[in-house]
Amino acid sequence: MSLDKPYLDVPGTTIFDAEQSRKGYWLNQFCMSLMKAENRARFLADQRKYLDEWPMTEEQKLAVLAADLNRAIALGGNIYFLAKLGATHGKSFQQMAGSMTGMTEEEYRDMMIKGGRSIEGNRYVGENGSAQPQNQPQGHGTGRLL
Amino acid sequence: MAKITASVYTSHVPAIGAAMDLGKTQEPYWQPLFAGYDYSKQWMKDNTPDVVFLVYNDHATAFSLEMIPTFAIGTAAQYQPADEGWGARPVPVVQGHPELASHIAQSVIQQDFDLTIVNKMDVDHGLTVPLSLMCGAKDPKTDKWPFKVIPFAVNVVQYPVPSGRRCFQLGQAIRKAVESFDEDLNVQIWGTGGMTHQLQGPRAGLINKDWDNAWLDTLIDDPAATAQVPHIDYVREAGSEGIELVMWLIARGAMADVHGGPKPKVKHRFYHVPASNTAVGHMILENS
Repeated sequence: MSLDKPYLDVPGTTIFDAEQSRKGYWLNQFCMSLMKAENRARFLADQRKYLDEWPMTEEQKLAVLAADLNRAIALGGNIYFLAKLGATHGKSFQQMAGSMTGMTEEEYRDMMIKGGRSIEGNRYVGENGSAQPQNQPQGHGTGRLL
Repeated sequence: MAKITASVYTSHVPAIGAAMDLGKTQEPYWQPLFAGYDYSKQWMKDNTPDVVFLVYNDHATAFSLEMIPTFAIGTAAQYQPADEGWGARPVPVVQGHPELASHIAQSVIQQDFDLTIVNKMDVDHGLTVPLSLMCGAKDPKTDKWPFKVIPFAVNVVQYPVPSGRRCFQLGQAIRKAVESFDEDLNVQIWGTGGMTHQLQGPRAGLINKDWDNAWLDTLIDDPAATAQVPHIDYVREAGSEGIELVMWLIARGAMADVHGGPKPKVKHRFYHVPASNTAVGHMILENS
């Protein structure tokens, strides 16, 4: 019998379940290493060299080098782990979240000040809200953190 | 006999801690949020407990993917603020209560909840931001927190996370455990995290004010009904990280009315959007 995964039809959302966790194990463990100041300094000095110390897939390494958090999440990353990468680059949680929406930092911050993203049209895949694939990208951002 | 006198509920957004640490609380963006905690800081001074049982989630700090306990209780004498990638927050070291914590661990495990016992861990913003909000800014060298803290970490990072129903039952077991501790102690239980937020993907920035407030109404009046809300409702309506709200049910389950006592008094209720990416909810309930 297959497992119950009722969360697969929520638009713009990847639930970090056992399958994602297995895929992203080394990517997320690499992120954990950035909780030490000396590792942050080593990573920033030569990102590729530091990444090559980890048994991550090439795709995962490229997502980190591109600071593309959506890509990293698709490859098993989790936002709380990826937050260490964002922090290493000096970015706030708002800048990290905003980078994944297709908006610029200003566009995303303005949306939040106006009360955030509406739930309407964003509950199920197939509706017509702002998080649905047909309405992406939403703004003028690059979709990357840097 | 130790007694649970009140429960406190609050979001624990990291940016709130950063705003306090960097002296930005009076900036126009932050001022309305901190104003919502003015009452709470005074209430805290007037109702300082001996111990706070603080329910929060670790955000990939003490627990990486090497180890993922569903429920972890801190039985150590003290806990250092963690370096989450920005450097450690400049707040005092958190003092534990090993005797009460060990007592609760034994009692709750005997009530069939499988807790992980932790004697060494750093505590992240999930635990320190609620302390800062309720107690105000504290100097890491010259100040200390005005009570001892028992950290209780719940996994809401890797799915599946515990159900609201199980959290509510766990709160009831914790109440029983506290009340069987011989020493006279005033204990508060805090449930932290939550209200609408999604930090990931193209749906990031979701806010569902109506859902949040209806959820709070039910949490006050009929917590057993709130405990039945399935995970998927939190994800769909309150965002992928809104699932943190299940932790509030641990605190609510420990209140007297769940055991046939009188309804708690709502001393304070506050809701604000936004703090960084999220809606902030806050409430203080006192046992009568």
